[in-house]
Amino acid sequence: MDTDYKYEPKNGLTRWLDSRLPLMRFTSEHVLQFPTPKNLNYFWTFGFILTMCLVTQIITGIILAMHYAPSTLLAFDSVEHIMRNVNYGWLIRYIHSNGASMFFLAVFIHMFRGLYYGSYKEPREVIWILGCIIYLLMIVTAFMGYVLPWGQMSFWGATVIINLVGTLPLIGESLTQMLLGGFAVDNPTLNRFFSLHYLLPFIIFGVVLLHIWALHVPGNNNPVGLSVQGKQDTVAFHPYYTVKDFFAYTVFLLLFCYFIFYNPNALGHADNYIEADAMVTPAHIVPEWYLLPFYAILRAVPDKLAGVLLMFGAIAVLFFLPWLDTAKVRSGRYRPVFRYFYVLFVIDCLILGYLGAQVPEGIYLFLSRVTTIYYFAFFLLVLPILGRIEKMKPMPIGISNSELSRDMVAAE
Amino acid sequence: MLKLIKIKSLILIFSVFFVLSNEAYCAGGETYDLIKPGFSFEGPTGTYDRAQLRRGYQVYREVCASCHSMKQLAFRNLSQKGGPEYTEDDAKLFASEYTVIDGFDDYGDSVERTRILSDRFPNPYDSKEAAKASNNGAYPPDLSLITKARSGGYNYIYSLLQGYGKEIPEGIEISDTLSYNPWFPGNGIAMYQPLYEESVEYEDGTFASIEQMSADVTAFLAWSAEPEMEERKRLGFIVMSFLIIFALLMFFTTTRLWKDVH
Repeated sequence: MDTDYKYEPKNGLTRWLDSRLPLMRFTSEHVLQFPTPKNLNYFWTFGFILTMCLVTQIITGIILAMHYAPSTLLAFDSVEHIMRNVNYGWLIRYIHSNGASMFFLAVFIHMFRGLYYGSYKEPREVIWILGCIIYLLMIVTAFMGYVLPWGQMSFWGATVIINLVGTLPLIGESLTQMLLGGFAVDNPTLNRFFSLHYLLPFIIFGVVLLHIWALHVPGNNNPVGLSVQGKQDTVAFHPYYTVKDFFAYTVFLLLFCYFIFYNPNALGHADNYIEADAMVTPAHIVPEWYLLPFYAILRAVPDKLAGVLLMFGAIAVLFFLPWLDTAKVRSGRYRPVFRYFYVLFVIDCLILGYLGAQVPEGIYLFLSRVTTIYYFAFFLLVLPILGRIEKMKPMPIGISNSELSRDMVAAE
Repeated sequence: MLKLIKIKSLILIFSVFFVLSNEAYCAGGETYDLIKPGFSFEGPTGTYDRAQLRRGYQVYREVCASCHSMKQLAFRNLSQKGGPEYTEDDAKLFASEYTVIDGFDDYGDSVERTRILSDRFPNPYDSKEAAKASNNGAYPPDLSLITKARSGGYNYIYSLLQGYGKEIPEGIEISDTLSYNPWFPGNGIAMYQPLYEESVEYEDGTFASIEQMSADVTAFLAWSAEPEMEERKRLGFIVMSFLIIFALLMFFTTTRLWKDVH
């Protein structure tokens, strides 16, 4: 984005460096002085929070890998070794396991924010798509990570999910063989999952850099959804947003630390403290909470292949969102009818999550079908049609005038 | 400020949602409410009762250990901080009651020696098959992590231990090799009633009722599943206190900084 601010090297050394590796220029223009809309609310702090989540997972993960043994004979005991014998091993492992949950919590808020304020709309389509790729990679990484402790839910979760992959036409069989490395979930599976679980976060890191790069071309969207018109609409990223983001991150850490220190196993499943046993199937096989909505969609369909396609479709549809939503107005604030459908969609996702943990019978099955239909209807019917017929609320003329105009809207 | 409240309420909604979805799995198949006696280690500041852990170890050693292993525990754990906190000499004495096969001598014969602090608790059976053969085909689970490995946690273990000797309700069939226990999923458990009044004679003179022994051994198992708990809560208090103060400072900094931006 065009900025009035240009970096000027102050002394000989920085001038010398600037003409060879403009690192200081880059930091100054893209971090410190980066012009950011001044009206961002706290939902915009989750980008920073998510970056911190990724860094936390990578650092704790590297340390865990120093003590973990990726073998079916040793994995479970090596995790207990970390919990009992490694200095502060329990802390590192609880940060990592709860960190995955916090990462997903933050990414859900981040995505719902993007959805409400139209952050995927022209010219930010690529930012959104890169975000979807990150989300997909996160799901794969989390799934593989959950297999590593080699508990009952690790083993049976992996068995169920890899079976599902096998139902896919054409690629199913060879993909299953590549994931398993044998005929069933066993040592080769665990080994490759460990290897990939270590690799994928760095790929996520790379895509995050692209995500931020793409963000820095048009700059941030904002609650009113209007483009920045000039200097009066922005503040420098530092200190304004560094401080605000860090405050939000501290509050986020309070919730994170509550789980780590006072309820570290609340988000996990008891069965994962039983060592994997191929001869004993748990009564209910359920994934981690952050995958439950997709699990509910999968089980809402009587046909296995159709269920799998719908489950993948639930993520695939996100990639097309920029073109499915036909409304030119970005922010949900000025879309009175969209707001209702949006709130309903958030509730729908929460109910799907709840249903994912229930046995799909009777009322639960019926509800999961209704909520699955609404999930897809929101993207495939509501957004394309609503954008054409909805009567928008009057909008402010610019970011700096938005306060005044919002009062006007409220008074109506 | 309003925006802040919005975020907080959102976080609250999400966390309530986690807990709900989590409770949902715990509910699987249980029809009886768990007995919750209220243990000393509950709550954000709860700690283990040393005397109770020691009584619990005695119950494990004299009753449970004949069938159940605790392979994650070493004798040195008995003297570490945050546990039963026996003296090192006492822990050594406990260890020396058991032997272990440790390598070979110069003639290729296996060497048996008494256990030392660094050795794990002994396994009552040589193999899983042997364990099954002695128990009507059921495998007595390892108890190291049992309170974390069952939904309902320590309250489930406590309830289960007291669930014997009850009248079998009509309509429930329990096979001859199983015992009726209302808290066990499916109600038929392969473990026979393990505790009877005065199954052990407590060293500290406490009367060994079934309730007392159940509570004591449950506390011991809760410790063995989470030996880091006391340290975790202690550290948690420091971290949370710091974060609350730091969050306040960051809040004031943010408000001050943004005061002049309109």
